[in-house]
Amino acid sequence: MDLLVETFFNLAIMREALPLLLRGVLTTLALCAVVIPLGFAGGLVLAVLGTTRSRWKRFLLACWIDFFRAVPPLVLLIFVHSGLPFAGIELTAFAAVAVAFLLNNSAYYAEIVRAGIESIGRGQREAARSTGLTATQTLTWVVLPQAVRNVLPDLLSNTIEVVKLTSIASVVALPELLYAADMARSVTYNASPIVLAAGFYLLLLWPVVRLLSRLEHRIAG
Amino acid sequence: MATPELSAWQRFVETFFRPDLLAEYSDDIALGMVVTCEVAVLVLVCGTALGLLLAYLRALRFRALNFLIVVFVDVMRALPPLVLILLFYFGLPSVGISLSSFVVLWLVLTLVLAAFAEEIFWAGMLSVRDGQWQAARSTGLGFNQTLVWVILPQAVRMTVPPLTNRAIAITKNTALGTVIGVGEILNQATTAQSFTGSATPLMMGAIAYVVLFVPVVMLGRWVETRFAWKRA
Amino acid sequence: MSEPGANGDYILEARGLRKSFGDLEVLKGVDFRVRSGELVFVIGPSGSGKSTLLRCFNRLEEPSAGSVVVHGVDLMARSTDINAMRRRIGMVFQSFNLYPHLRVRSNVTLALRRVLRKPRVEADRIAEAALARVGLADKADAYPSELSGGQQQRVAIARALALEPQLVLFDEPTSALDPELVGSVLTVMRDLRAAGMTMVVVSHEMRFAREAADRVVFMDDGCIVEEGSPEEIFERPRSPRLREFVAEVTR
Ligand SMILES: Nc1ncnc2c1ncn2[C@@H]1O[C@H](COP(=O)(O)OP(=O)(O)OP(=O)(O)O)[C@@H](O)[C@H]1O
Ligand SMILES: [Mg+2]
Repeated sequence: MDLLVETFFNLAIMREALPLLLRGVLTTLALCAVVIPLGFAGGLVLAVLGTTRSRWKRFLLACWIDFFRAVPPLVLLIFVHSGLPFAGIELTAFAAVAVAFLLNNSAYYAEIVRAGIESIGRGQREAARSTGLTATQTLTWVVLPQAVRNVLPDLLSNTIEVVKLTSIASVVALPELLYAADMARSVTYNASPIVLAAGFYLLLLWPVVRLLSRLEHRIAG
Repeated sequence: MATPELSAWQRFVETFFRPDLLAEYSDDIALGMVVTCEVAVLVLVCGTALGLLLAYLRALRFRALNFLIVVFVDVMRALPPLVLILLFYFGLPSVGISLSSFVVLWLVLTLVLAAFAEEIFWAGMLSVRDGQWQAARSTGLGFNQTLVWVILPQAVRMTVPPLTNRAIAITKNTALGTVIGVGEILNQATTAQSFTGSATPLMMGAIAYVVLFVPVVMLGRWVETRFAWKRA
Repeated sequence: MSEPGANGDYILEARGLRKSFGDLEVLKGVDFRVRSGELVFVIGPSGSGKSTLLRCFNRLEEPSAGSVVVHGVDLMARSTDINAMRRRIGMVFQSFNLYPHLRVRSNVTLALRRVLRKPRVEADRIAEAALARVGLADKADAYPSELSGGQQQRVAIARALALEPQLVLFDEPTSALDPELVGSVLTVMRDLRAAGMTMVVVSHEMRFAREAADRVVFMDDGCIVEEGSPEEIFERPRSPRLREFVAEVTR
């Protein structure tokens, strides 16, 4: 029992690692503040492009989206971070994460928004057009607001995944929460900093997970 | 005009598709693909089964047990898998439990999938109306019989699309194994990359993933449209 | 291009309208004219092309051939701003199609604000006047889901009226309503007619047609088979198909 506490809940070590981890939390939050809006905006753009009538444009778009849904985000990140420099494109760790996340997340957000758009009946569109709204105005003021509302739980769920995913930025040495925790672990030879990091992630995401669970069950039931 | 373009193209090929490296490391990447598939299949089978078991236990409606299950599910949904991987891999040996990196990866991803699967199965079971339970029980079916023959078959329609998508997402997390040295595709690729100082192995790894997962993603898309009517 | 007023006093003039969905020809050359202030009823069996015809009048449906001229403007001409024209042609749908995410007031003001760029205060004033016209001044802050079907349809009418259209198209405005709610919508339509609004109405409300229509048009299988005053159509149908149809609906 002592050994267990010593290994995972060593308060002395946790206290020592705390400042480092707090800085990590800030970096994680900053990362989220960049990649979530960016990914969502990218997803909106892809989803809106997907409303085109041209079949082959839709096909190309589906290929693009499926490609970035098929490549694991860590693979994409390492490719952007370590592969592109060989082609003369050097990115900072932060920029590499931003680019990889944009490519990956926008594909997921796009699929969700697309489902939302498809959930809006054509009567809504026709009513709007019959009052003189253009196609773009109809999309902006009538279709998208309803579409986003209809898929809010899915958007929230995906956003939780994005926040969790920021932990892979540690692999390219971006000093976010998990990176900080792993640094502290390798210095102290003790897993407690990682437990502390887990605590921070729970603090951040547990309320959201609860909320989501409520939303999902309300819709199911 | 033609020459610089050609050389740019050649430089691109030299960087990402060096023929000698393609030949030299294709075996390693193939090995990585085998490992990735092994982990993936093990995780899919064990994670789904464990998720179903947890949903079954939840249907029994024991308060304490339900509470534990909900906490487990919430924690697994809120924690990044990489945190769990590092925790298990570096923490457990200190308390005398030494697991190979392969086992750690399998275990963590199984637990994560189980948590999501439990939620999905449970939501599916809730979506079957109470009348179904009452009707089945009134004909003398037991709890387990009702669950297996009446409720689950109806719940499955609800669960297949989200479960497929979740399973695909978690299977792709096998790439996280590289961080603790599981010899899957990404690990083989990055090892070869640092060894050769060329981006070609990375490109090979990326292609290997695309080859493995594009069909899976397309399958997921098909499943989603196939079962689309139920989620309206 | 035709000049305003060149069509006499016809507000709507469609010639040789054809529409096909793939191999299925739904409109087979329809000529249709509406005078200013007229209420024209379109009746006919299900699938005869009534909705399609109506939807061609504001190009929600693209005619395969033929011309539509509204208020002297050729709707099919490339130079025509179709969105500007649609503002002058109101449309009311069977299924209301109110925007569920917006309050009643915003349902009415959306086009005023986003298309006509009216300031909020002015748009709200227009909306409230339009809502008062349909007897729903007190519902401006409600969401559509909080209203009965009849109230929702009246909001939809107000949404069309707020743009001051010269012509309003109704596609089975009462078909989705419970019988006891039909009356309130018909009352609004009667008031509109009394105020001189030009209307084209597709409906199965034959009593209303007899009482309020200036002219009734009978369609079958993509063609106009017969047209005339309500008495002519209902009391003295000439073609066998219309006789059959009238017998069926007035049973
Ligand atoms: N978008 C479409 N694609 C293919 N066929 C269509 C489409 N819209 C209408 N049709 C077909 O055109 C024919 C005429 O349809 P329309 O809706 O105009 O009939 P209607 O007279 O309004 O009938 P109802 O009284 O049932 O509303 C029908 O056979 C219908 O199936
Ligand atoms: Mg119709």
